[in-house]
Amino acid sequence: MNQTISIADIEKAALELIIRCSCELPPDVLGALQNAGAREIPDSPAAMQLEAILHNAGLAMRQQQPLCQDTGVPHFYIEHPQQLSVLEIQHALEKSVAKATKRGFLRPNAVDPLTEKNSGDNLGRAFPQFNFEEHDHPFLRIRCLLKGGGSENVSAQYSLPDADLHAGRDFSGVAACVSDTVFRAQGKGCAPGIIGIGIGGDRVSGMKAAKEQLFRNLEDTNPDSQLMALEEELYKKLNQLGIGPMGLGGKTTVLGVKAVALHRLPACYFVSIAYMCWACRRAEIRIGNPE
Amino acid sequence: MTRKLKLILPTGASAVRELRAGDTLLLSGSILTARDRAHQWLAEEKPENMHALLSGGALYHCGPIMLRQDNRWICKAAGPTSSLRQEAFMATIICEYGIRCIIGKGGMGEASAEALRQYGAVYCSAVGGAAVLYANAVESVEKVFRLEDFGMPEALWLMHIRDFPVMVSMDAQGNSLYRDVEAQSRRQYRGISKP
Repeated sequence: MNQTISIADIEKAALELIIRCSCELPPDVLGALQNAGAREIPDSPAAMQLEAILHNAGLAMRQQQPLCQDTGVPHFYIEHPQQLSVLEIQHALEKSVAKATKRGFLRPNAVDPLTEKNSGDNLGRAFPQFNFEEHDHPFLRIRCLLKGGGSENVSAQYSLPDADLHAGRDFSGVAACVSDTVFRAQGKGCAPGIIGIGIGGDRVSGMKAAKEQLFRNLEDTNPDSQLMALEEELYKKLNQLGIGPMGLGGKTTVLGVKAVALHRLPACYFVSIAYMCWACRRAEIRIGNPE
Repeated sequence: MTRKLKLILPTGASAVRELRAGDTLLLSGSILTARDRAHQWLAEEKPENMHALLSGGALYHCGPIMLRQDNRWICKAAGPTSSLRQEAFMATIICEYGIRCIIGKGGMGEASAEALRQYGAVYCSAVGGAAVLYANAVESVEKVFRLEDFGMPEALWLMHIRDFPVMVSMDAQGNSLYRDVEAQSRRQYRGISKP
């Protein structure tokens, strides 16, 4: 075992991470919602929805209560030094998840389709979700994402070409898929959404990469110029749809668009779209020597 | 201009027929949460004890976070869930139990819109994700049905609320803000998706 990081440390830190993730919106998301509120017409349904969203964010933080009751499947992305056991980290995180659930910071969400029973503690098969990676640093980095079921239901995957959408195997085809997803979602994914796009890969890697885009700061710019142009174009176009906060109309349909491209098979051109609700709950913690 | 009104539950058909899409309401009284499994139960099994409880009342599409403290339930988070999943059951339930108010998010389809018009009820939208705002409007959790077998999110929670803020988005005259927004966004969508 790593001498400076004990399992007890991980358990304690992970519980704090989950609580912060469930109760506090990241500053960039909060900023984007505030900017959106300023753009909408005063007293319009859009302005009222955003006002309630911002008011709720403040209440959740002050009262330390989950800002949304749908805490989804907890996703953990773990980067660990060589000396730490993956299995022990996983067990520690599972304990923290069960504890956070018991204390009312996570809703028990794990339902077994074989018995239709809720496990009651958010533990189950593929529940929560873990992604481990070894890194070359002495500290442990854990990122957490809570993504609700409404936004998961409106997420989508396309295989290009798509005749119905007149979408070919190029970026204009990708844009057609994203517009289709956001149009179909209307307010059901809890707009204004954040759109993660995975271009290429296979059905699993594409969606995984799309979801990982949701960790990006809304204010960052894509280092790839083609993807940056796509993100900017889609951000502008999607906000012209007029769907607005919660689908009640308005100028703000998305808060951000983030895309990544993976190598694809010659036969396949997948476009995977991870729709995230405005309640984009992500948080990060580092345990151990910062180097 | 949107009207700001108060509504006490349970209520009658004539009172809700006065409401218009776009009105904002502060609801007070009893509401019952219900989502996927609860709707199936209410529509298919028509449990006897639910009629008196739901007549003139409100059904809230919500799977809350509840915490057991000092021998009572505390509501920690109670935002709405997507209503459209209940479309297949909604008209039957509105008719069977005499419900006057459905609260949820994202709106409902034409069968529900027709039931609202026919029986005299409204669909109100709560702000998705604004869970603490709504939990703060819950004064007490009175009772829970089917907790053991349905689990916390899917159980039916009877709650007493005060000044619970919602917006009428589908009224008993057949108006729907969602229908209007979708039609408008469809025109925009066609515009931006032209090659």
